[in-house]
Amino acid sequence: VKKLYNFAFLDEGSKREIRRATLKAIAIPGYQVPFASREMPIARGWGTGGLQLTLSLVGRSDTLKVIDQGADESVNAVNIKKLVGATTGVSVTEETAEATLIQSRHRIPEVSLRKDQIVVLQVPNPEPLRFVEPQEAVTKRLHAEKDYSGAFLILFEQIVRHGRVAHGADHPVMVHDRYVMAPSPIPRFDNPKLDSSEALILLGAGREKKIYAVPPYTRVVSLDFEDRPFEVEDMSGRRCRICGAADVYFDELVDDETGETYFCCNDTSFCAAHRAASSVVPVPGRDR
Amino acid sequence: MGYVAVKGGAKAIEASIERLTYERLKQRRSLDVEDVAGGLRLLIDQVMSEGSLYDREVAALAVKQAEGSPEEAVFLLRAYRSTLPRKYYSRTIESETMRAERRISATFKDIPGGQLLGASHDYTHRILDPALLEEDHRSAGEWLDRWVDRAKGTGAVSTNGHYYLPKVLDYLRRQGLMEAVPKDDSPPKDITKEPLTFPSSRSERLQILTRGQTGAVTALGYASLRGYGPLLHPTVAELRVGHVAILVNPPQNSDAESEADAYYVGEIQITEVESVVPVTVSAGQNRSEISFELGYGVCFGRNETKAVAMSLLDQCLERPDAGYPTHDEEFVLLHIDSVEASGFISHLKLPHYVTFQSELDSARASRDGVDPGAPT
Repeated sequence: VKKLYNFAFLDEGSKREIRRATLKAIAIPGYQVPFASREMPIARGWGTGGLQLTLSLVGRSDTLKVIDQGADESVNAVNIKKLVGATTGVSVTEETAEATLIQSRHRIPEVSLRKDQIVVLQVPNPEPLRFVEPQEAVTKRLHAEKDYSGAFLILFEQIVRHGRVAHGADHPVMVHDRYVMAPSPIPRFDNPKLDSSEALILLGAGREKKIYAVPPYTRVVSLDFEDRPFEVEDMSGRRCRICGAADVYFDELVDDETGETYFCCNDTSFCAAHRAASSVVPVPGRDR
Repeated sequence: MGYVAVKGGAKAIEASIERLTYERLKQRRSLDVEDVAGGLRLLIDQVMSEGSLYDREVAALAVKQAEGSPEEAVFLLRAYRSTLPRKYYSRTIESETMRAERRISATFKDIPGGQLLGASHDYTHRILDPALLEEDHRSAGEWLDRWVDRAKGTGAVSTNGHYYLPKVLDYLRRQGLMEAVPKDDSPPKDITKEPLTFPSSRSERLQILTRGQTGAVTALGYASLRGYGPLLHPTVAELRVGHVAILVNPPQNSDAESEADAYYVGEIQITEVESVVPVTVSAGQNRSEISFELGYGVCFGRNETKAVAMSLLDQCLERPDAGYPTHDEEFVLLHIDSVEASGFISHLKLPHYVTFQSELDSARASRDGVDPGAPT
């Protein structure tokens, strides 16, 4: 028991198996490859799928960035960064541009990514058809037969009930005209970033034991109807109180003193860089 | 603004972890791992079973570190297990060779080899014993010496258990009352190395059931008994608790069969249950007769409720029935794992600022009667 853990925690046999599943996932964009997900030292649902991808890929020369709902210092990100750091010793960064490996919970960074970067997204529910069909054996067949009427039916019912498509995050996408895929609960705002991305995007669901991928330059189209086109969250008219940025995804906050609502960039590393580069002076006394 | 403050989150988390250690140690008492292993025997058993790793010392450490929370201790064991290379598979264990410490049957009063009560809480009154408040290492030792002396004197009390007891079910089998099942010698799938796919094989189902969370397996087994199943009363044909030997073939001769060729790597304590469930089978010409089906339950250590409940669920899943959740393999197998269930429930405590903001956007739009989906 007293011996130190392996490099990158998992034993080499497990890592090899995860990489094999990953290669298959890259070869079949959007297809969910089952894998024998290992139990990790962080909880199921806290990014164990993403973590296993990261640990199977990380090498000594990598630079790692971990994001939790946009923030580098949020609980989940800190947890994962600490574990990977402690078991590998690789350098970690908050700068998106410096990272070779980016594990993220539910956001794709605001700055555009490069082809020498890999994004690993954490996935709670990999099955976009789960709402219409609880049984795995059935959804697997629906994918094989490219029977996606259920996926469109969900959208249709939302329009009937709410007058609009009411998917919050995790709006399903069609990957390269073949597989309908759950993009993980990224906001709709981030869906367009999946399309023809230069970076390789890997998605890992630890509890549900699936790995899937959006390889570089893959067509990714958010599901919609001709007369009800896909729309991202409305961020118009908002500006970041800290850095002044517009047209990014915002956190909504309430001022403790005045009780008024204000906005900050959700992507904290983008916010810090934008603030350093711009001449915007933050509102005095409200600097967070 | 909660725990995702733009900066300083990492420091707050460090402090929280320190606080946890403080809570564990604030009475200025440290629990000896040996005391955990000796005094919390059944908790260790449960943790090893759900943790799917048989090592009493490691399990005791996990229980200490987890301050006695089974779900945390199981979590620690499972994570540790992920770091261990798996080099061998043991030979099949024939459980007739068990060194039985307890063995009972609910089907027949007199069974070949006899009923052996062993150690059980079953026959106690659940009345708190204030004498234990005063118990210490010395009085424990004295009690033990007296008991061992008495055992030596009578020869009737064995601390070692009994070897080679025949199976109760063999009697029913010989009489042709058990449903005949074709022998299946296909190698079991290892659910920790191959992903589970549906429909599942029995080997996969048994592996998932045996490492299932005790409470979850018990609850679902209970549900099947109470009416979320075709209301058949199963009977425990045999329940055994005892030690079985683990034998491993030498790597250069992995198909060896003779005893002399195998390596003995140690023994483990298990609880094994074989229950029988009455079923109606067709006997041709519009006649039907009653026969019995087997339900099998087994787990590390002593955990009889779990093993009995597992045997019920095993039989349920052998007869899929969309009408009952306990007969639906996806419902049962995907929801009884401690690490998976507790993990996903606990993830609800993580920040959901991005996803909730997205939901809020939809909620506000639907309330305003705005229809951003409409063509403009």
